[in-house]
Amino acid sequence: MDRQTPGDPPLTYLDHAASAPMRDEVVEAMAPFASGVFGHPSGHHRQARAARQALEEARDRIAELLGAAPREVVFTSGGTEADNLAVIGVLGAVVRRRPGEPAAVVSSSVEHAAVLEACRVASARLGGVVHERVGVDSQGLFDLTRLAQTLEDLRGDVALVTVMLANNEVGTVQPLGEVVALTRSLAPQAVVHTDAVQAAAWLDVAQVASGVDLVSVSAHKLGGPKGAGALVVREGTAIEPLFVGGGQERERRSGTHDVAGAVGLAAALAAVANEREAESARVGALRDRLADGLLHAVPSVIEVAERKFVLPGHCHLCFSGVDREELVLLLDEAGVCVSAGAACASGALEPSHVLAAMGVPAPIARGSIRFSLGHTTAAEDVERALAVVPEAVARLRG
Amino acid sequence: MRVLVAMSGGVDSSVAAARLVAEGHEVVGATLKLWGGAQSSGCCSVADVDDARRVAQQLGIPHHVFNLTEDFERDVVAPYVAAHAEGRTPNPCIECNRRIKFDRLLERARRLGFDRLATGHHAQVRERDGRLTLLRGADSAKDQSYVLSMLGQSQLGAIVLPVGTMTKTQVRAEATSLGLRTAAKPDSQDVCFIHDGDGREGFLSTRLELHPGEVVDAGGAPLGAVDAVELVTVGQRRGMPAAGTRRYAVAVDVRARRVTVADAAHAAIDEVSLVPESVTWVDRPLGDGDEAVAQASAHGRPVRCIVRFGRGAGGTGERVAGGTGERVAGGTGERVAGGTGERVAGGTGEAVARAGEDREVVSCCFLTPQRPVAPGQTLAFYDAADPDAVRGAGIVAGCRRLG
Repeated sequence: MDRQTPGDPPLTYLDHAASAPMRDEVVEAMAPFASGVFGHPSGHHRQARAARQALEEARDRIAELLGAAPREVVFTSGGTEADNLAVIGVLGAVVRRRPGEPAAVVSSSVEHAAVLEACRVASARLGGVVHERVGVDSQGLFDLTRLAQTLEDLRGDVALVTVMLANNEVGTVQPLGEVVALTRSLAPQAVVHTDAVQAAAWLDVAQVASGVDLVSVSAHKLGGPKGAGALVVREGTAIEPLFVGGGQERERRSGTHDVAGAVGLAAALAAVANEREAESARVGALRDRLADGLLHAVPSVIEVAERKFVLPGHCHLCFSGVDREELVLLLDEAGVCVSAGAACASGALEPSHVLAAMGVPAPIARGSIRFSLGHTTAAEDVERALAVVPEAVARLRG
Repeated sequence: MRVLVAMSGGVDSSVAAARLVAEGHEVVGATLKLWGGAQSSGCCSVADVDDARRVAQQLGIPHHVFNLTEDFERDVVAPYVAAHAEGRTPNPCIECNRRIKFDRLLERARRLGFDRLATGHHAQVRERDGRLTLLRGADSAKDQSYVLSMLGQSQLGAIVLPVGTMTKTQVRAEATSLGLRTAAKPDSQDVCFIHDGDGREGFLSTRLELHPGEVVDAGGAPLGAVDAVELVTVGQRRGMPAAGTRRYAVAVDVRARRVTVADAAHAAIDEVSLVPESVTWVDRPLGDGDEAVAQASAHGRPVRCIVRFGRGAGGTGERVAGGTGERVAGGTGERVAGGTGERVAGGTGEAVARAGEDREVVSCCFLTPQRPVAPGQTLAFYDAADPDAVRGAGIVAGCRRLG
């Protein structure tokens, strides 16, 4: 019933950071693997070889686009698995190498739950592992001074430093180069991971994450399929698998390959790379139009992070005096799809740990909405949002 | 009509939503997350939200989850805990209906442009001469009018109770014929934030320091002990030292860590005083001396009574039976001429509570002696001539034996 039917308001999709619509070229690239080519890529006949060839071609392409060697690309079921594999896999390997010795994982306080929960679970399950969170400033920028202090305090204990390339909620891009440099100088033994799931839609990961040991990406944020992602694992980084079995992915991730997913991820990454500069400028201008328009048209709106720190597709605003649950519902009824933050298992919105870490007071955070633009966003979408949002906010403010 | 239906994930609200859809209304479902995390059972569990969402999908209506955990904690759970700390026993379902479902959620529904809020409660709203009456549900065994007894005209005008005219058997049959996955789901039991496993004690022990207490008779003679005086409810028999005869708790003094018990004859009471500012009326208020039928719990036995209004120094504090003959000055004193009730009419909490001498006294005298009623419980009034019709409600301050 929630599919678009005649009579519904026009669909204005401004939730690309949650999931971007599949690109035509991705659908086309994946089509043969939904029907004709079905072999098990680990098999030994022509069908298997065809599947294996597609898989390895996808791997080559992904490696090149992410600045890695093909053998460094581990296919996963998406961003969450990639993050889990990075955190739990690295810490597991460290604990196995030096059992009983203290080990620390240092993360930002605004990581995605896939990283924070993995840190929590790793420190609960693996003896001697502690999780240190380093905060952010009011813009959501990672606190490098605190990182330096933490690394100096923990020194040789630091096994992993994990800092996202860009935040999923507010879009703030982190100073990853400085994170790497500080870690290399103060805790050279530590592995550095970045969750690039949001950033990969806009930034050249090969360049901005070049000094990082582990990089997580996910296809569906890029206009690829859901359920496909990858973790780049630099040669020489010890990592324990989450899944064991047939030993695929050089023992790092067992399980029959999702060939179509791998092909889709490669096609989506390629599409993003091809249009990166033009799209960043185009979508960035639309985002500015949307943000400026709403700041102008609606009283008491707060843009929590300055745009110069934020990905081009992100527009995160707090409408004071409005409950985000109510605004999302009204906008949905008008055909405007936006996000109000992360939900728990039941689907209920949870208070944002990101806004809390940035020092946004809870009553302001209650009115937070993320508009996220992407490859399908056109000027009409922004105009429609500008027509609908001020009226909805006014109605809720009564 | 545009209707927001509160869907708990149970069969009643599922069928309520289905009926509204069948009647051609524009229906949107919402499940309230009030409590807890991912536990497998109890209200607001992920499984219940999943059930509600799946039913909404089957019915072809949008479904939303509203996170009202902060409001629920502040307005229902915290006061519940605080009341127990003082030896009172409130009904959290009534407070949830009063503060959350028929206040916060109703306000939200209005802001979002809904004409009505629907729930799966077994009760009926009927219009008579332009006024709204609240009636018991058609299935007397499942009647939930008690937990809605504090609603007033403005709320009744804004709600729909689609299953109130049905029996539970009919509700289940309709759910089955529609293929709703909630058709055979067991009825929810008791308080949603208290689990079957460790019960009220388990919950309160995480929020309160529980203290052992002595059990005494009316003359103060020690009879035994209880593990947690905060968990004893006036009227309770379980756990009270019996000594050949059944004894009931008739007073709980948390500060003194003392529970007073009496046998059935001495425990019996015939007057309940209400917290004056808690008294609300569905419509026309009862007047001093009016006969009514009172009910002290969700499925309690309705009892005939006379409602009294007065003024005086009467404290609403501990006035508990126990055979000491203690009387409260002014308790039945100074009557105010006709229509006194109007002073406390007009929705929740409008009654005036004045300090000291001029305090308003609202009480209810039973025609036959009853087991004691715990302070904090809600007493619902039904019409003497039309015992299915709710007249109003108030929170119990204390009770005693008059004669």
